[in-house]
Amino acid sequence: MIMYKLSILMLIASISGVFSLVASAESSNTFNRMLKPQAPANLPPAEDGIHDPESPGTHMLQPPKEAFSGLVKAKWGNKVDWVKSIHAKKIAPRHNASDATSKPIIMNLDIIREVRGSMPDVVFPHDRHTLLLACSNCHTGIFIPQKGANQMSMAAIMLGESCGKCHGAVAFPVATSTCKLCHAKPKAKGSVLKRSVMSKP
Amino acid sequence: MVIKQQILGLGVILVALFTMVMPMKAYAEYGDIVMNNYADAAEMRPAVFPHWFHRIRFNCSVCHADLGFKFGAGKNEITMAKIIEGEFCGACHNGEIAWSIENCDVCHSGIAGMPTQVKGDPLRVSNIATPK
Ligand code: HEC
Ligand code: HEC
Ligand code: HEC
Ligand code: HEC
Ligand code: HEC
Ligand code: HEC
Repeated sequence: MIMYKLSILMLIASISGVFSLVASAESSNTFNRMLKPQAPANLPPAEDGIHDPESPGTHMLQPPKEAFSGLVKAKWGNKVDWVKSIHAKKIAPRHNASDATSKPIIMNLDIIREVRGSMPDVVFPHDRHTLLLACSNCHTGIFIPQKGANQMSMAAIMLGESCGKCHGAVAFPVATSTCKLCHAKPKAKGSVLKRSVMSKP
Repeated sequence: MVIKQQILGLGVILVALFTMVMPMKAYAEYGDIVMNNYADAAEMRPAVFPHWFHRIRFNCSVCHADLGFKFGAGKNEITMAKIIEGEFCGACHNGEIAWSIENCDVCHSGIAGMPTQVKGDPLRVSNIATPK
């Protein structure tokens, strides 16, 4: 009888031992250590963490999902491709607060900025910006209107300067799915990457 | 009695540790602006401005060029006195272009105590709100 009890005890002990081993392996060697699960997107105002669910006003606001359902989808920002949604006539934002017929004057001028390293060159498209913005929004507060006159880098963009004044706040942010929207012009064929290591003194 | 207090104390420490480790849960819509330069001090909830809702209806230039909104959360130092004079939000929320300002709660719907900030890309350094 005692042996029987003992063996049951040992069985329980060994099972729990195995469990604790598995558990400890799990806690230090999770498959994804740094990858965060996708944050939920387009939550209704009462659940978005900035609107007070106690406020009656919160429940009068439109849930983003309802507004976005007919728009062109994207992976970034609001999960909406705003440029495509305008071009596909899903939305028609007014160019004047009270006059719905006023239209922006679109300027077709691409500025190509050569990029250090392997990434494709950056194409700054005036057409898609003048569709939404006035010249004075950028010139001369953010950019001197002269090709090559402005210092630009990814570091500055991530600090909220240069293109990062808008991109990262309201316009699409820097993300794996958006690199190619800016880095749109493949490097000329045969252009070789410069190595910083000297082959011979 | 002493043990009870110790357990309570431990509980408080654990909760505090847990909330420190837990990331801030905020899934606000990209581009939402929280404005709280003056609201908290006046015991009003902070105002929340949804870019996504307005950009469906207006180009950026309407606000940022025609109406003179500067780029930068809190930089325009908006007050109710300016709004009722027809500046900033008051240029449209006047009962003609959009509903008028007696609907206090629709703008003042933010959670009290939140600092002025833009809910943009969390990796953009300037988006990390610093309470004043
Ligand atoms: C979103 C910002 C933005 C807006 C809006 C904008 N520009 Fe520009 N513009 C730029 C950038 C960026 C450059 C390139 C500067 C550089 O390469 O250093 C540029 C360059 C220019 C240049 C110089 C071209 C050259 O070849 O040297 C002119 C001229 C210009 N812009 C005119 C305008 C006019 C006119 C408007 C309004 C219709 C306008 N821009 C709107 C960002 C903007
Ligand atoms: C004043 C604000 C502002 C600045 C500064 C700005 N952009 Fe934009 N940009 C926008 C907006 C708004 C859009 C529309 C798309 C969106 O909202 O995501 C846009 C769209 C674009 C697009 C078009 C993407 C597409 O879907 O076709 C490119 C490319 C782009 N920007 C590159 C740049 C680059 C490069 C710079 C810096 C030289 C820059 N932008 C600076 C506001 C800005
Ligand atoms: C909003 C537009 C924009 C987006 C989005 C963007 N870039 Fe850039 N990138 C630029 C501009 C502008 C430069 C500077 C070009 C120059 O030197 O004139 C640049 C430069 C670079 C450089 C050269 C080093 C430097 O900092 O100058 C690398 C590498 C680079 N980008 C990588 C990336 C990668 C990877 C992504 C996506 C995760 C990305 N970029 C997304 C606009 C953008
Ligand atoms: C269209 C949006 C809107 C509406 C509607 C609105 N407010 Fe405001 N209110 C704002 C903004 C934006 C601020 C600036 C918030 C800040 O930075 O603290 C503000 C600030 C305030 C402040 C603090 C500073 C000041 O100006 O006194 C008070 C108090 C206030 N509002 C009360 C009210 C009351 C009461 C109503 C309704 C009669 C109301 N608001 C309706 C947008 C609005
Ligand atoms: C209906 C008016 C309105 C429209 C339309 C609008 N904005 Fe804004 N924007 C604001 C207000 C209000 C603020 C906050 C100002 C403050 O807090 O003083 C702001 C702030 C910003 C900021 C500063 C964010 C930061 O870094 O703190 C950027 C960038 C911006 N807007 C870009 C845009 C772009 C790009 C568009 C067009 C796609 C746009 N806005 C359309 C009203 C508008
Ligand atoms: C260029 C005009 C314009 C300006 C400036 C403007 N709004 Fe609006 N806003 C509108 C319009 C149009 C609507 C939709 C009105 C309707 O439903 O009748 C709206 C709706 C709203 C809504 C309700 C959104 C929903 O879910 O229905 C909020 C909140 C709001 N505005 C806040 C603000 C605040 C805060 C400011 C100032 C910082 C501001 N607005 C400035 C035009 C404007």
